[in-house]
Amino acid sequence: MALTKVFTRPDSLRDLDFHFCPGCHHGTAHRLICEAIDYHGIKKKTIGIPGVGCGVFLYNYFDLDVCEAPHGRAPAVATGFKRVLPQNIIFTYQGDGDLGSIGMSEIIHTANRGENITVFFINNSVYGMTGGQMAPTTLPGQKTTTTPYGRDFRTEGYPIRMTEMLAPLEGVAFAARVSLHTPSQVKKARKAVLRALDIQLKNGGFSFVEFLCACPTNWGLSPRQCIEKIDKEMLQAFPLGTYKDRQGS
Amino acid sequence: MNRIEIRDESCKGCQYCVIFCPRELVQIDKGRINALGYNPARFVDNPDRPCRGCALCAEICPDALIEVYRKEKGRS
Amino acid sequence: MSERKILRGCVALAEGAIAAGCRFYFGYPITPQNDIPEYLSARLPQVEGVFIQAESEIASINMLLGAAAAGARAMTSSSGPGISLMQEGLSYMAGSELPGLVVNITRIGPGLGGIAASQGDYRQATRGGGHGDYHLIVLAPNSVQEMYDLTIKAFYLADKYRNPAMILSDAILGQMKEPLSLDPPPLVLPEKPWALTGARGRKAQLIKSLYLADGEMEQHNWHLHEKYRRLEREEVLVETDLEEKMEVLLVAFGSCSRMVHSAVELARSRGIRVGFLRPVTVYPFPRQALREVSREVGKVLVVEMNTGQMWDDVRLSLYPGCRAGLLARPGGGIPAPGQILAEIENLVKAGDGIDESVYQA
Repeated sequence: MALTKVFTRPDSLRDLDFHFCPGCHHGTAHRLICEAIDYHGIKKKTIGIPGVGCGVFLYNYFDLDVCEAPHGRAPAVATGFKRVLPQNIIFTYQGDGDLGSIGMSEIIHTANRGENITVFFINNSVYGMTGGQMAPTTLPGQKTTTTPYGRDFRTEGYPIRMTEMLAPLEGVAFAARVSLHTPSQVKKARKAVLRALDIQLKNGGFSFVEFLCACPTNWGLSPRQCIEKIDKEMLQAFPLGTYKDRQGS
Repeated sequence: MNRIEIRDESCKGCQYCVIFCPRELVQIDKGRINALGYNPARFVDNPDRPCRGCALCAEICPDALIEVYRKEKGRS
Repeated sequence: MSERKILRGCVALAEGAIAAGCRFYFGYPITPQNDIPEYLSARLPQVEGVFIQAESEIASINMLLGAAAAGARAMTSSSGPGISLMQEGLSYMAGSELPGLVVNITRIGPGLGGIAASQGDYRQATRGGGHGDYHLIVLAPNSVQEMYDLTIKAFYLADKYRNPAMILSDAILGQMKEPLSLDPPPLVLPEKPWALTGARGRKAQLIKSLYLADGEMEQHNWHLHEKYRRLEREEVLVETDLEEKMEVLLVAFGSCSRMVHSAVELARSRGIRVGFLRPVTVYPFPRQALREVSREVGKVLVVEMNTGQMWDDVRLSLYPGCRAGLLARPGGGIPAPGQILAEIENLVKAGDGIDESVYQA
C-alpha cells in the first residue's frame, strides 16, 4: 500500500539546521509561521522583521524578504514597511526582552494605532542570547544571571503579561497566548498563527500571538524538565487563551 | 506500514519526540553520536503497537526534522 | 517654469521634500521644528502620502528605516534631543545602507538647553553621531531657497550612496520667511533592486547590519569607508567669495554665514581684503578647497554658533603655516556683523601669524 507523506517541513522554511539549543522552541515557532505562510499562499509578499536576540537569525531560515530591526524597534520598522507596502504581509518576531522591555513603547503604540501587521512574541521568561539575564517576563523567584537569588517582586517587580495588556487596546484585532510545550498545544498554536495572518490579510488590524517557550540552556534544565516547568509554572503566570478576536472588516 | 523519518544527522537529542510518542516508538540511539555531537533520536517500530502516523513527534520536534508517512486513507 | 513664493524655511523644506518625491513622513513634536510636521500633516494627504506622528523619535527613525527598506523616499525631522534619540536608528540605517532624510532644526544644547538657534550639533552631525564607523551626508543650508534646494539634493544623494542624509539647519532658518524659486529638477526616482517588497519573481533578500563571520565586518566597514571617500571626492559643495591678496579668510556655515558675509562686505567697504568660504556640505567637508584657499592667506577666522566644532575641521584642512582663530557664540546669541568686523580688524592689525585664539564676542 502506498505511503503518503503527511508531515514535512514547510516550503517557506529553508532546508537548514537551526542554530537553536536542544529543546528550544524557537524552531517550533519558526515552523508554525512558515506553515501558515504556505497555507495562505503569501510567501511572495511577506516580509519578516526579527528583533534582536536568538530570533535575529530568522533571516537564515525563512525563505522570505527579511529586514533586521534595532532592539525593540521591530514594530516601528514594520509600521514603515506596512505604510509603504499596504498590500504586503508584514510580521515581526520578537523576544520578551525585545518586546516587553526595551521595545515596550513601540509595541504599545503600534498596537494602539491598529497597524495592520502581525506580531509574534517569544516568551521564554529570560534573555537568551545575552546569557540568561532577567527578562520582564521572568517568574517570581526565578533565578537568572542577574537575579541570582531569584526574582524578588519587592525590588524587581512582577512578570509582565503582554497579551493581557495589549488585548484591551482598540486597535488590537487579535491577541492570543499559546504554548509550544506539548503536541496538542502546538496544534492550538498553529490555529492562532493562521488566524493572526488571516486577520492581516483581511485588513483587520493588529494581530498578536504570544508563544510560551522553553530556554533549556538559560533555565539550566533538561528539555524534559522544561516541559514540566512550562506546565507547572509558566501556565500559572501566563494563562493560555485567545484574549481577543475581532472579526476583520 | 506507517513510519517516520528522522533527519538524525541534525537531531540534537532533546527527546521531545521520545516523550510524546504515544506508542513509545522513538528512542534515543545511545550507540551513536552524530556530527553535532548528540545521541540522535531513532524510530523503532514495534509490530505489537505499530506507528499510527499520528505525527505528534513531528509536531513537537523543535528542529522540524521529522517526516511522517501514512497509509493513504485521507489525511487528517 | 519657475514659481516664486515667500515661504518660511520649514515650509520650504517640506515642499522640497514633496518635490523630491518623498511621500512618507514620521516625526515627533519638538520645538523649533514643529512647522515641518504640522505642514506635512496637511500637505502629504493631498499627494497620497502618509504622515505619522510617532510615539517618540526612536519610533520615528525606525519607521523611516522600514519605509526606506521598502524602497520609499521618506523622512523625519526633529531637533537636538530628538536627534540624539535617533542615533541608534541612524547607525543601523548607515550599517544597512538605507537612504533617508533626517532634518535637524537645531536648538541649543546640551540637555534640554534652549530653543534658540545654535550650531552645537555640528560634531554629532558630521562625525556620524551614533555607534560605529559611519557618516551621514550632511548639508547645511543658509537661506530659505537652500532649505528647498538642498532638501531635494539630500534625497538624491541619499539614494545615490544608499546612506542616510541630514539637513543641518537651525531655528533661524526654520522660522524666517524669504522669497524663493520653486524650480525642482525633473523627478526621477531611482530603481532600488535591493529594496524589500516581497520575493516575487526573484530570490528572497535581506537588509541587515549584523556580520558575525570572520572578517565580514571589517570588509563591510572598508566598503562603507570607500563610499565616504567617494563622497569626499565627488560631492563636496562649497560657496566662496574670494579676492586677490586676501588678508583674512572667513569661514562659516549655515545661518551664521549670512552675518559673516555681511561682515565681509563691511570690511571690504573699509578697504580690507577679505575672503569668504562657506561649506555647504559639512560632511563631506570641503577640505581640499579650504587647503587651497588658505595657501594664499595666512589668517583665517572661523565664526560659528558653538564653541568651535567646525573650527576643528578647518584647522585639519588649512595649508601648513596658516592659522585659524575662532569667534564663537554658543548660547543662542547671533554674532552681529559689527562684532565680526571688529575681529577682522584685530586680526589684520595682529601682523604675521595669530594665536589660535577663541574670541568671545
